[in-house]
Amino acid sequence: MSKYLITIGLETHVHLKTHTKMFCGCATEFGSEANTHVCPVCLGYPGALPVMNGEAIKQCVIAGLMLGCEINHYSTFDRKNYFYPDMCKDYQITQMEKPLCIGGGVTIDTPEGSRRVRIHHIHQEEDAGKIIHYARHSGVDFNRCGTPLMEIVSEPDLSSPDEAMAYLHNLRQILVYAGVSECNLEEGNMRSDVNISVRPEGQEELGIRAEIKNMNTFKGIYAALEYEIERQLYIVKKGGTITQETRRWDADLGETQSMRTKENAHDYRYFPEPDLVPVTLDKEMVEQWRAALPELPAARRERMVKEYGIPEYDAGVLADEKPNADFFEIAAKLCGEFKTLSNWFMTDVMCLLSESGKTITQCSLTPKSLAELVTLVKKGVINGPTAKELLPELFNDGLMPAKMVEERGLAQVSDSGALESFMNEVFEANEKSVADYLAGKKAAAGYLTGQVMKLSRGKADPKLVNKMIAEKFAGMGG
Amino acid sequence: MEDIATLTLAGALDGLKKKEFSSVELNQALVDSIDKKDGDLKAYLKMDPEYILKQAAESDQKRAAGDDSSLLGVPIAIKDLINVKGESCSCASRQLEKYNALYDATVAAKLRYAGAVFAGRTNMDEFAMGSSTENSAFQITRNPHNLECVPGGSSGGSAAAVAGGEAIAALGTDTGGSIRQPASFCGCVGMKPSYGRVSRYGVTAYASSLDQVGPMTKTVEDAAILLKELAGFDPHDGTTLDVKVPDYQAHLTGGMKGLKIGLPKEFYVDGSDPEVSQAVLKAVESCRAAGAEIVDVSLPHTEYAIAVYYILATAEASANLARFDGVRFGHRAESPKSVFDLYAQSRAEGFGTEVKRRIILGTYVLSSGYYDAYYGKAQKARTLIREDYTKAFEKCDVLMTPVSPTPAYKIGEASQDPLKMYLGDIFTVPANLAGICGISLPCGSTRGGLPVGLQILGPAFGEERILKTAYAFEQMQGA
Ligand SMILES: [Zn+2]
Repeated sequence: MSKYLITIGLETHVHLKTHTKMFCGCATEFGSEANTHVCPVCLGYPGALPVMNGEAIKQCVIAGLMLGCEINHYSTFDRKNYFYPDMCKDYQITQMEKPLCIGGGVTIDTPEGSRRVRIHHIHQEEDAGKIIHYARHSGVDFNRCGTPLMEIVSEPDLSSPDEAMAYLHNLRQILVYAGVSECNLEEGNMRSDVNISVRPEGQEELGIRAEIKNMNTFKGIYAALEYEIERQLYIVKKGGTITQETRRWDADLGETQSMRTKENAHDYRYFPEPDLVPVTLDKEMVEQWRAALPELPAARRERMVKEYGIPEYDAGVLADEKPNADFFEIAAKLCGEFKTLSNWFMTDVMCLLSESGKTITQCSLTPKSLAELVTLVKKGVINGPTAKELLPELFNDGLMPAKMVEERGLAQVSDSGALESFMNEVFEANEKSVADYLAGKKAAAGYLTGQVMKLSRGKADPKLVNKMIAEKFAGMGG
Repeated sequence: MEDIATLTLAGALDGLKKKEFSSVELNQALVDSIDKKDGDLKAYLKMDPEYILKQAAESDQKRAAGDDSSLLGVPIAIKDLINVKGESCSCASRQLEKYNALYDATVAAKLRYAGAVFAGRTNMDEFAMGSSTENSAFQITRNPHNLECVPGGSSGGSAAAVAGGEAIAALGTDTGGSIRQPASFCGCVGMKPSYGRVSRYGVTAYASSLDQVGPMTKTVEDAAILLKELAGFDPHDGTTLDVKVPDYQAHLTGGMKGLKIGLPKEFYVDGSDPEVSQAVLKAVESCRAAGAEIVDVSLPHTEYAIAVYYILATAEASANLARFDGVRFGHRAESPKSVFDLYAQSRAEGFGTEVKRRIILGTYVLSSGYYDAYYGKAQKARTLIREDYTKAFEKCDVLMTPVSPTPAYKIGEASQDPLKMYLGDIFTVPANLAGICGISLPCGSTRGGLPVGLQILGPAFGEERILKTAYAFEQMQGA
């Protein structure tokens, strides 16, 4: 039985992080009451005209530079015509002939090594509104209509759902690093259309492709790809042919369904947008933007290893999400305890993040409060277990640890006089354990230490207690 | 006393300034004139005396308080596709029969700022598509010189109102001749500014790369006064240019001496009405006699202009008019069975025949498989036409041509044959394609008493040049 090759390409729509829409002054805020961020321009009123948002152009170009694209210094906009209630004008302003960015790519790691997935181009466009269906009618919320969107079109260089995931993950990471998008999947900041085809090994020409439209979770894309590959392979292996068509992913049923075939495909009748003059980018300005580009994730990992002496693994985990790396670096500068800080972040903090479902920017923990906590432990003011107990309050309520320690009297006891009397009390009350130890059961020391800690209500410095117990036994000839 | 309704814009402003009459008196005179004449002319789609007189009273109060705004108290009639906040803006279409503008077009805001009175909404061809105003969904406007004739179009209502003594001055729009041709048919002055000179913001679009708003007036001086108020860069319209607006009135000096007038040979060919050609050539001759130098020039791609225009304009229109689909804008069909049905029915019921014809044509030329042959080729030809004009203006200061091959024709005569009507735009569309400026002013009349217009064309942003020439010619005519 012959083997089959899978070819996947993605068209990813990403909301840019501008304050205002692509062609008008309305806010791009998410989650507002329906139809509160609208005006004659984004509602397509008769006579209203689009005006270019220069910030959106800049962000798109910066994304292009980060992805290694060539920048078109002369770029034009086009109208894409189709009737749909989510767009009042019944055409979308987009770029067809001369998009802002050409080429570029995203490097992904595969079991066969790392590989560059090529980008065909990136173009700028406006988003549509959102249709909401009710029992007896439908409504449209135009708040999103006109939001700046860039569409990143990959070449068909991906050959499995896993590679598609790696591409999307790295693409998202780069765009967040570029500071041009939040890439917040829940808010629909990043949506993808996928093109998939299969062909028998040895066949040069790509198979007939199906396109699956508008998915906004990575999980959904993965599941849709798996389903679609399965579906196409089933047809091809039976000797059937794939229909060129657009399909939709039904997450509830877990299947793709046909929306329209090639015969019914839209004729978008693109033509140059006469209301906008071409965008001309000054070469010098683009070079200035290039010079001021933020670090790429890979470069940051490398730098963090060098700068903080943390293991490569740690740097990788921290740099995976830009806000985490930002948090770490600020805290690192405050406390100077790099490896300890990294341990705290990667274990306790990340545990709290995953339990709460929050991101580091959403929770109340600040670089300052975590740095302070690490410093308190380092200076021996509190012990590790106390610090671990305090962390959730830092995380949830934004409290500062030094103040908590002071108010609650949590400073650890290192006064040998006080410890001495705790120890004597414990030795008297636990004659059997003392005898066990002297009889050679060294483990009994741990129990005794625990009892001293208990008496001190956790505030004793455990290292000091260990030492004192050892010395006492030594004096007893143990 | 002279009827103040017949005053020019300059005369009305002068009279108001000298307190010879009030704005209320002036506007009342206009309202009376409209009452008397518009039953025949049907230039206005809507005219609300109460609303007009209220504005007039306010401007009288302002003047009493020392306000000296440039157009204070003068009524200006508005073509019914320019949005004026709170006013109807039907574009002479069933689609927008009940539509009220939500915001001011930039030109409306400028008139408001200058203190003008919004005088009424003038009739037009539906969505500015036509050359006779017969395509209005609501009424047929008549030519004040002969009620059996059309006033031209698409700004026929504005032209008839100005020429018929129903308006001091008016705004029109010109996509392929829609200001100049009706001005020529009705015997008034009509000016199409260069593309990018006047903001299109708030002007319901027909063909975005060609549309321009311009003044329709009784004299060249009035055109200069009004254009100064309308022109200028607009942050709401990215296609306007940030070029200083000259004081056009200050250029209305001197005569023809030293002026180089180009005669494009492609505009003087058989096919034009002999009475039109004679009147225009006579006008050119009088300019020569007055000291102008006449040079022959060639605009070799003129023969493609009509085809190019009807491809590009309709393509743009097919997108611009898509929004009138019954969802948010336009007439909504009663009981559609689906969303598609809602679109189809609403548009079938809401648009008139000519608009449908142009939408279908525009949709066709953009369709996949046809784009290159039609739209793509037309764009290339447009570039050639533009270059023709650049070269011509290296040889001369202005061009003089007829406005239309014919004088005003009978109502119903051309509307049966769209192609014939399209060909009537041959002398006006090239200016829109080239983005240059042009003015039409009366230069004589036919034996039947119909006005004939003279077209003066100038390079992009050379408005002062054509105004100066037109003014000199007008002075010679009057003398
Ligand atoms: Zn808006």
